[in-house]
Amino acid sequence: MSTILVYVEHKDGAPKRASLEALGAARSVSDNVVAVLFGEGAREAAAGAAGAAKAVVLSGDTLSPDAIAKAVAEVAGENGASAFFASATSSGRDLAPRIAALLDSTLLSDCVAVTVEGDGIVLQRPWLAGKLLANLKSNAQVVCATLRRNVFAASDQAGPGEIVDGPALGEGLAKRTALDAKEGGPMDVSEAPVVVAGGRGMGSAEGFGILEELAAAFGNAAVGASRAVVDAGWRPHSEQVGQTGKTVSPQLYIAAGISGAIQHLAGMKTSKVIVAINKDAEAPIFKVADYGIVGDAFEVVPALTEEVKRIRAL
Amino acid sequence: MNIVALMKRVPTTDLVAQVSADGKHLDASGVQYMVSFYDEIAVEEAVKTREKLGGEVTVITLGPAGAQKEMRECLAKGADKGITLVDENWADRDALSTAKALKEKVAELGANVVFCGRLATDRDNASVGPMLATLLGWACVTDVVELDLSENGGTAKREADDGIETFSFSLPAVITCQKDLNEPRYAGLKGIMAAKKKPLDETPAPEGSNQVEVVSLELPPARKEGRIVGEGAAAVPALIEALQNEAQVL
Repeated sequence: MSTILVYVEHKDGAPKRASLEALGAARSVSDNVVAVLFGEGAREAAAGAAGAAKAVVLSGDTLSPDAIAKAVAEVAGENGASAFFASATSSGRDLAPRIAALLDSTLLSDCVAVTVEGDGIVLQRPWLAGKLLANLKSNAQVVCATLRRNVFAASDQAGPGEIVDGPALGEGLAKRTALDAKEGGPMDVSEAPVVVAGGRGMGSAEGFGILEELAAAFGNAAVGASRAVVDAGWRPHSEQVGQTGKTVSPQLYIAAGISGAIQHLAGMKTSKVIVAINKDAEAPIFKVADYGIVGDAFEVVPALTEEVKRIRAL
Repeated sequence: MNIVALMKRVPTTDLVAQVSADGKHLDASGVQYMVSFYDEIAVEEAVKTREKLGGEVTVITLGPAGAQKEMRECLAKGADKGITLVDENWADRDALSTAKALKEKVAELGANVVFCGRLATDRDNASVGPMLATLLGWACVTDVVELDLSENGGTAKREADDGIETFSFSLPAVITCQKDLNEPRYAGLKGIMAAKKKPLDETPAPEGSNQVEVVSLELPPARKEGRIVGEGAAAVPALIEALQNEAQVL
């Protein structure tokens, strides 16, 4: 595979983990990976773009997604890229379709596997929130894809041999005027290695208190919720796991008081290990769970929290 | 204000998906359809915008001939007219090709603002909205959870990984709608009756070239059989033991 351009996001002068994963995926199918970065600290972060032969830093700064897309598409053209990858972060998913359209190419979103086949690549992505897996070939001039987080191994190779200045960012149409950052808040449910999710069986918004305590005991956990719970207003939509929420693949998914509707299962079935806690021994969630406890979440969860605290204190 | 909402009919979310005999398509037998969840929010926002700023709401879909159930539902909830761009291969059309087909219609209608769902719950690509805006040279804000729109432009709040971003933009623009943006209304009997009299056009979709080839479709690997470790709080030590030593995730 010839040149792959990778959009690299960064924070505090280093590429974000999700972007290192995208670099790793690109490097697994191409010997010539080019990273593109922009914004404050981009030049410093460019040196950390592991696996890239070259990094292009867009000059200037902008808070306009359409202006960023234009400059990135220009870099793809200048470097003769035959593919463009971004991580399926909120920024990647916002920019990639715009970049693809500028390159007269379609986009394959949220891919979970990239393999070489003949002189092209095959990308695997979920359809219907993961009820089906589609193996797809893009015949676009530039094969554009976003890659799901926590799926690909992060590149640990050397940084780029050269860092060059790219095109200047122009004026955009839509401009970001503010960011209300969630500083030091809980991890996002789609990023966290452990997800503690609750359903209608938690009884009320207050019932989620014991799940928050369990998540806190893990230290690297996020709270998730079923649709019923979000619709009832007990939890925010940003925590919803399932077909009309987020698809997650954590190392450990603990489902408490969740019966396991097919729409919910679609969003969490690829978790490495699933634990179900439910009063109803016939609940469908037990069919996908590796380990189940039949019982009242209000008895089981606090006991589990104490055990997790004890282990983590060792 | 000339307002457009984009809508896609998708399999109902309770579908148990199966692969067709050729190994490359969703087995369509027994599949029921619905308005994609986020497109319902787009239609609602379009109707709310008309209620605030006046004008007309046109719903555009790309789909098969005669599939009017979903469109009637949008009309019953307050949209003024519907246009179906007919393509019997609608389900296989890729995002760019779909955006190009919609672009022609949106431009022809002289729309000021286009609402669409943040993604369609069948292919989950989240691409058509921002692609359409890019092709038209319009502003676009994706995953919008709060919108303040006036005659000439507006501000939109977007749900991002690291917080809530606020964008300002001028019209024309494309807005992709996230769940928290509004609560779609129910279609009352009056709405359902009124919808029967509203115009619903079918016109052939422009030809498009598909860039995506399906190599194969597969069901996700079945999870290996699990086990019940016990009942109640007394089962917690057995669970911890399994998570530590067997699954090695603790």
